[in-house]
Amino acid sequence: MSFAWAKPYEPKSDFSRWIDQRLPLPRLVYGAIGGGYPVPRNLNYFWNFGVLAGVFLTIQIITGIVLAMHYYASVDGAFTSIEHIMRNVNAGWMMRYAHANGASFFFIVTYIHIFRSLYYGSYKAPRELVWMLGLVIYLLMMATAFMGYVLPWGQMSYWGAQVITGFFSAFPVVGEPIRIWLLGGFTPDQAALTRFFSLHYLLPFVIFGVVILHIWGLHIPGSSNPTGVDVKAERDTLPFHPFYTAKDGWFLGLVLAAFAAVLFFAPNALGHPDNYIPANPLSTPAHIVPEWYFLPFYAILKAFTIDFILPAKLWGVLAMFASILLLFFLSWLDRSPVRSGSYRPVFKRFFWILVADVVVLGWAGGSTPTPAVVAISQIATAYYFAHFLIILPLISKFERPLPLPSSISASVLHGEKQESAPYGLAKTAPAPAE
Amino acid sequence: MIRILAFFVGLGFVGVLMLSLVFGLIDYAKEPPEPTAEHEFHKHPKELALASNGPFGQFDEQQLQRGFQVYKEVCAACHGINLVAFRELAALGYEEPEIKKIASDWAIEVPSVNPDTGETATRKAIASDRFPDPYANETAARAANNNALPPDLSLIAKARHDGAAYVYSLLTGYQKQPAALVEHFPASKTTPGLYYNPYFANLNIAMPPPLTSDGQVTYADGTPGTIEQAAKDVSAFLVWTAEPKLENRHRTGLAVLIFLIVATILGYLSYRNIWAAAKRKVAPVGPLDPANMAKSEAAKDEQGIAG
Repeated sequence: MSFAWAKPYEPKSDFSRWIDQRLPLPRLVYGAIGGGYPVPRNLNYFWNFGVLAGVFLTIQIITGIVLAMHYYASVDGAFTSIEHIMRNVNAGWMMRYAHANGASFFFIVTYIHIFRSLYYGSYKAPRELVWMLGLVIYLLMMATAFMGYVLPWGQMSYWGAQVITGFFSAFPVVGEPIRIWLLGGFTPDQAALTRFFSLHYLLPFVIFGVVILHIWGLHIPGSSNPTGVDVKAERDTLPFHPFYTAKDGWFLGLVLAAFAAVLFFAPNALGHPDNYIPANPLSTPAHIVPEWYFLPFYAILKAFTIDFILPAKLWGVLAMFASILLLFFLSWLDRSPVRSGSYRPVFKRFFWILVADVVVLGWAGGSTPTPAVVAISQIATAYYFAHFLIILPLISKFERPLPLPSSISASVLHGEKQESAPYGLAKTAPAPAE
Repeated sequence: MIRILAFFVGLGFVGVLMLSLVFGLIDYAKEPPEPTAEHEFHKHPKELALASNGPFGQFDEQQLQRGFQVYKEVCAACHGINLVAFRELAALGYEEPEIKKIASDWAIEVPSVNPDTGETATRKAIASDRFPDPYANETAARAANNNALPPDLSLIAKARHDGAAYVYSLLTGYQKQPAALVEHFPASKTTPGLYYNPYFANLNIAMPPPLTSDGQVTYADGTPGTIEQAAKDVSAFLVWTAEPKLENRHRTGLAVLIFLIVATILGYLSYRNIWAAAKRKVAPVGPLDPANMAKSEAAKDEQGIAG
């Protein structure tokens, strides 16, 4: 698709030729994830996580469809229908635990995928739209996960819905009517539960559609790579199949084994015990916390504690939305022409500070808000905004990047004149490129 | 332009956060938060070793039967397990006639309708019924319990942090309120109708101590019915009511993991094979030239480098 040397699809039998002339679907697949898609030969394992995210989306859709066959979206029956699935439906417990933990794993691999893009500058030209479509997927994932968490109608479901839809009431004048319109009532009730179920079933298919755009957009310039240097010649690439299907394949097995270990041996470790208590609008849980993958944003929300011009709550809500929306401008905030963080000594340091900062935010979001926790989350939130809006633009102005390799294949050659082995197979020590 | 705007937006957020931080610190310095009785005296649950713990844990049927006996004789008067059906007791090793007898002898009857008059009535439970709730509704439950609501226990082992260990600690944790607590936190003094228990979130629980003396439960299998034993057994039983498919889950998990590990190893080997094949397409030069490779290995051996 993307390079002149990409192998065209060649039907191998009369039947496949017959199909190809009428509906060239095999041709499309061959060009997208087959031998017809040339991929930089030096990808490291961080490049496996896009495929993994696709696999977890598929797992979520399949288990979700089965669960929806037994789930009953009613404020009186939702909780018991979940327990019916756990106790009476054949392998229902496996479907539900796979779906609940599948959501966590979907977020884990997506977060690694996002941080991979941040480190290797995958958001830079010519992949700005790929990055922005990825952010759209991430926003849709958040909405889907939130609504899915409401469906069991446990205590955290109910109060989570109460808190999150409450964000909208922070906006003056229009906020409260919007909140009531979204919920279909004054508090989360049957109307909210039914529409959340409807949307929770719809959005994954929307995500699937945006994923197709994401991959389409990616395949125009082709995949980025750890050096950030553009592909220049055929020797810089390998066909996706069989090289990267094999690499993705075995790594998928490893990640699925980790998934199975959690699913079968600690299925409730990532959930909150309060969600095994049926929703009770008259009893507020001691600490309302969202699922772990939202905790950094929860910390940002709670970090604003003074009414400075705007009410503190509105500051928190604005900051929380801004924390994701600013990522849409990342391609223009970071003007360094060097993509890979490996060749950007100053950027690299701040990148790792950002990683630590997000982990600290997650910790703060899940902790009881004592004065110390609040102070730490304020500093961490300040760094988050400073990193993207102030530090990154300044770095890209003043930093002196290290010299880049002349080409991808030059970066994988270890001093020898000609191409020898695919990256990582030569038994010599890696060249001191960094 | 975007970068200039971004700079000021960033400055705005950082500024408000720093103001929040400073004012928070000033408040803290002016009025440090006072320690609470819960913070000082609440205890983390005790360790509880059950057969069902760990990745390969399976239930101890005898213990579950004892636990069921404790539930039936001690807890069932106030706490329901309305997600569990009598028929499921088969998992505890009871035979069908025994289950039918347990159901029909159950002290609480199942709500029903009088077939002649249509009036509400009750009937004896049958094996396919779920365990009937001890109270008709929440109002009745609160009226009978000094306005406290005894929770349903079906899921209690999953609905509390530390599950079974918490239940066990709570049942064995009743004690006299420490004098130091009353001295420092007079407001937290246990009032009549409440009982001091350091494992309960706010230290004072409305449930009277359910297990008061050794021998309160006389086990059919001859195990001494101490408070300790009864608390352990009923905790084990509540793990089963919360997660009846636990054994199945552990067994399936083991099989799935073995399959995935074998598949991953095979996948890894084929990955190495495929990438090695790519290597053979080009003339081996440089370090991959067999002659150079031998030299390199020899040099490594000389220097004692592994690999």
